This record gives sequence, C-alpha cells and structure tokens, in this order.
Amino acid sequence: MSKYNLDYLDELEAEAIYILREVAGQFEKPALLFSGGKDSITLVHLAMKAFRPGKFPFPLVHIDTGHNFQETIDYRDDMIKRIGEKLIVGYVQEDIDNGNVIEQKGKNASRNALQTVTLLNTIAKHQFDACIGGARRDEEKARAKERIFSVRDEFGQWDPKRQRPELWNIFNGKIHKGENVRVFPISNWTELDVWNYIRRENIPLPTIYFAHQRDCITRNGQLMAASEFLNMDSDDVIENRNVRFRTVGDMTCTAAVESYAFEIDDIINEISASKISERGARMDDKVSEAAMEDRKKGGYF
Amino acid sequence: MEILKFITAGSVDDGKSTLIGRLLYDSESILADQLEALQASNRKNDDGTIDLAILTDGLKAEREQGITIDVAYKYFQTEKRKFIIADAPGHIQYTRNMVTGASNSNLAIILIDARKGVIEQTIRHSFLVSLLGLPQVVVAVNKMDMVDFSEERFNTIVKDYQQLAAKVGLQNVTYIPVSALKGDNIVNPSQNMGWYSGKSLLDHLETVEIAIDAAATHAYLPVQWVVRPQTDELHDYRGYAGRILSGSLRVNDKVTVLPSGFTSTVEHIDLLDQQFEEAGAGLSVTVRLKDDIDISRGDILVSSALKPQVSQLIEADLCWMDTRALDTSLTYLIQHNSKVTKCRIQEVLYKVNINTLDKEYEEEFKLNDIGRIIIKTAEPLVFDLYQNNKNSGGAIIIDSRSNVTVGALMLRAAVD
Repeated sequence: MSKYNLDYLDELEAEAIYILREVAGQFEKPALLFSGGKDSITLVHLAMKAFRPGKFPFPLVHIDTGHNFQETIDYRDDMIKRIGEKLIVGYVQEDIDNGNVIEQKGKNASRNALQTVTLLNTIAKHQFDACIGGARRDEEKARAKERIFSVRDEFGQWDPKRQRPELWNIFNGKIHKGENVRVFPISNWTELDVWNYIRRENIPLPTIYFAHQRDCITRNGQLMAASEFLNMDSDDVIENRNVRFRTVGDMTCTAAVESYAFEIDDIINEISASKISERGARMDDKVSEAAMEDRKKGGYF
Repeated sequence: MEILKFITAGSVDDGKSTLIGRLLYDSESILADQLEALQASNRKNDDGTIDLAILTDGLKAEREQGITIDVAYKYFQTEKRKFIIADAPGHIQYTRNMVTGASNSNLAIILIDARKGVIEQTIRHSFLVSLLGLPQVVVAVNKMDMVDFSEERFNTIVKDYQQLAAKVGLQNVTYIPVSALKGDNIVNPSQNMGWYSGKSLLDHLETVEIAIDAAATHAYLPVQWVVRPQTDELHDYRGYAGRILSGSLRVNDKVTVLPSGFTSTVEHIDLLDQQFEEAGAGLSVTVRLKDDIDISRGDILVSSALKPQVSQLIEADLCWMDTRALDTSLTYLIQHNSKVTKCRIQEVLYKVNINTLDKEYEEEFKLNDIGRIIIKTAEPLVFDLYQNNKNSGGAIIIDSRSNVTVGALMLRAAVD
C-alpha cells in the first residue's frame, strides 16, 4: 500500500463514522433524530458501523407529526426491533392538545412548522446536549453554510453570523448549559451519494421510496398523496398515479414524483438524469426564497 | 472515484462567483428548478445572459446586512471526480474564513485579474495557501477577454507569480488563462487563446494528482471511543474506535500507545462485519489488541517503528480568529484530534504582515493576525509536524469563557 486514495463512498463513510464517534466522546446526552427518511436510515447504519458490537451511546428520537406515511411508521418499528436500540417519540398531537401550538387552517395546512416546537420540547425534557441529524449541505443554500457541529442557543436558534470556524477534522463541541449542538455527519454527501451508499450497503428502505400506485391530487403543480390529513375540497381531483417519494416527511408537505423506478438501480438512474433538485419536491421550501434559513433560525433541524 | 476538495481565493471583483457559477453551469451541475430560479431573477449581464454569480449568492441575513458569512460549501461531480468547493467570501474576515476553508482542501484556485496582475491580495492569499500546506495550487488568470486574450500579458503575470511562489514556498503551481464570464478554458478549451496548449480548469481539476503516500509515514490513530459491549459473550471485548489519520495499520503490527508508552500487537481491525488485513489512512475502524492495556479517548495508537513528537512545549503558527484579542496571561483550552487539555500561549515570537510578508515584533494578537508562538500545554500532545501531516499537526484553541474556537494552530516543532 503506497500511493492511494480512498474511493469517495469510503471517504464519506469514514468521515461520518468519525463524526458520530466524536459525538459519543464529547457529549453527555446525545440523541439521533430519526425521521424515517433515507438520510436518517443511513445515519443508523453508520452508527452500527461506529459502535457495534456495542450499543449506540444515544437513543433514537422521532418527532411524530401524526401525519406520517404509515409505511414510515411500520419501517421504524421493524427497524427498532431489528437493531435493539432505544426509541423516544415526541408527539406533535400532544403539543396541539396541550395548547402549546395551534394547528394551521386552510387548504395548505401542514404540521411541518409545528414539529419544531415538539422537537425543542423533547430536547428540553430529556436534556439532550447534542442532536444528530441527517441534513446535507447540497440540499439548500442555508444548509450549505451550516457547520457540521452547529451550536444552537437555549431557544434552539441558529445564528449564521456566530458560527464557529471548523478546521481540519477537529470539532469543538464545548457548550454552555442550556445550549445544544446539532450534528450533521453526512453534511458532505449529496442525494446521489446517499443512494449509491444505500445500494452498496444493501440498506432496506420504506416502500414509499419505490414506485407504486397511489391516489394523488395536484396542488400548486405538485403531486400530493390524497389522505385524511390533506384538506381537500370539491376542486381537488383524485387520480391514481404511478409515483414514488424522494424525501419522506409529513404527508401534507411531501410531494410525490411520477416514477417507474421499482428498484434501487432505477432510482439511481432516475436521479442521475433528473433535472429537479430533491428539495424542489418540498412545499415547505417553496414558501419563500429564505424559507429554510428562517426555519433553521427558529430551531428547525 | 475520488473526491477533490478545493478552495477558491479571490474577491467578487476578480470574478470568483462567476468562475464558480461557470464551473457549475458548463459542467451541467445546475438542476432545472435552480436554473428556473436563476432565469427568473432580474439580475442579468449587460448582454442579457444569465448572471452566473447568482449561483453563489448568500443568505437573507447577508443580503439584508450587506455582509457575507464565512464558508459556503458547493458540490458537483463529473464522470471522473467528485468536487467539494469551499467558497470563502472576500471581505474583512477573509483570513479566518480562508484558513477554515483551506484546512480541509487539497487544492487552491488563486484568482488574478489579468488587468491588475499580482497585487497585495494575491500575496495574502498565496501566503495563506502556503501556511495551510495545500499540496496543489492553480493560478487562474481571469478576465483574459479584457486584455485581448494577450499571451504576453499572461506570461508577464506568470513570471511575477513565480517570484511570489518561490518567496512563500509554494510548489506544484499550474497557470491557466481563463475568462469566467465568457467561458474560456473553464470547462471548454478557449477558441480565443490558440497559444495556450494546457488543460482547461475543469480538465485539470479532474486529473491533478491528489493521492497520498501512505508508506511515507507511520500509522497514527487517535482513539475516539472505546467499544465495550459488556455482554455475557463479549465480556472482555475492548475495541478502540478511531480514524487512521496517516500511514496504514496491519494485523500483527506492533503498536505503541502514546503518551503512556505501552506496547502491544494488533489482533483485529474491523468495522461491523467487515474485517481488514490492512487499513490505510482515512478509514474509520475498530482495532483490538493482543494485550489488555489501559487506553482511553485522547490516546494515540502509532506503529512502533516510527514515532511522532511528544511534547508539552511546542512552537506553532497561530491564526487568531476571535474579535477578543489573544491574552497571554489567560489559560485557554487546546483541542488536538480527540484530546482537549489546558494551555497558555507562553511567547509570541513574531507576527507576519500578510500583505508584505514582513515579520513584526509586537505582542498584541488580534482577529485575523498570524504569527509564530510558543504554546505550553497541561498534558503532552502526541503530534506530527504540520508540514508532514496536517491531520495530526493541526490544533485549535478554545476560549473557555465563550467556548468558541478562537485560534488555529499549525504545530511546527517540539521545544525541548
């Protein structure tokens, strides 16, 4: 072994494992935020690589909006059984019932914004000092400027102007009491990298990532899954379409794409040829040009 | 496929944003919805074409306040390589941002305006690239369209830069005449500079050598975490989890644990269900040793044949990154890999004026100042000289009042 370089997937994997182990070493009460999406599923796989045959030094935390795809919840519960790790669930419904948040009204109502409150409450209740998330810098330009160790103040807020410089492979996780750090081990991965890694590692995924038939309506030019959670009226026409989802979030804000990608190879081909970015299928980012930036400042991951 | 990480050094006036935009645009790395947003924008060039600089536009907070916030990362890939661009904006805090971006890059693109040639800013950028030890440099002489694509002008700039490169100690410099605005020699070869026979910028980025020489140095693995399942069947299992930062580690290698000095032999190297006979620099692994010795986070495993430096008194280059000036009477924290210990800056040897490269002898160390210091640490550091290995030769200083990273250190010599 003389002159050599790592293949890109090996390099990205090694970096992510390194970051996960730094979290384990530097924090008292970390947690891994698990959404049921492919990015957090990838994180769980990376955590197995980082800590097996030991247990994870953190629980998984799921913020349940109550408007989930059932496939995601089934996947989550199967996975927890398979890996034998602890799961903590924070329910948006509880915050609605307690009057901590007020449900949006109208046709485009979504619980996506409400989950920030539940997330912050869950962090406070369990006193988590670090929350690992699956965000990537290629998703959006506010993410492009975020650190791998991103310090949040006691209100969960991100201040883009007061970020710590991050040099070499050194991550400064020192915080004051009440603050916490969001950690993004796959910051440097792109959507295609995640898919190529899932294929290489043979990681199982929720079925909604693959093409299937589903009743949909078209809203603001986007295909939305028809469901009891979506406020529909007589203008909405339900059509059965061949679709899949590129990201998995709340049913009211995650748009489907027309697709015949039934296998992972099809998906990789589809993304390689695709001309629409992944977050282009998220209604929540379309609200304004600075939508993500504003939500992050408010405590969103 | 490999990843090339690079930083672009230059200001908006040099066409840096346009250059990055052009690289993304011509390599077809812009997606339809982003392009749509771009076309919908009312910012256009004089001739009505899309202003590619918009692709690197900042956040709302930046636009509102007319500032730019340190480093933004951009990703694109071609058939041959994946690229990560660390885009550091050129404003007052440039030094701090460029040091941050450069610390994780294999290559720097230094932009020179063909009309202006080598200027003060070029000296500053080149010094920082040299300080951070980037192995490859591209000097992109931009705005060639504004000097009639003149070969003579290009050659003059190359000659001037060669003197500067020698002065700051830069090797492996490649010169490319480009026009980011018109697209000459960025992705496609220029139709206007028949006299230039070299590669286009993208072609160079796709092919430049970035492999590391693992055999040239010892294996160095900082222990981040000890895996101890403590179950009935794995009662005595102790796995030392960490990333190999240099060299390579083989099963049956003799290793020394530093700073304690205990020695043992590698029995297993693995990761989940993957077993390695040999694992090289860059990989994260879990190592088991033949002997049961006391090892914890912050300890370093090294191959026994070659030893790194072990010292509590170290000469280092320091870049100060905080608005509060360095206080030599204050105890700070130093973080080096997974190790955190107390430290004090014992002596400021000199500061460097990064515009003239002159040494200055004054104590005060302010934001963006760079110079040579002697640092004393509470516990010994196990390190390599930065010039030999930047992963084990770099460290940060943390102000324990604010917990903020206030300094970057490039460890240059053990003082003993």
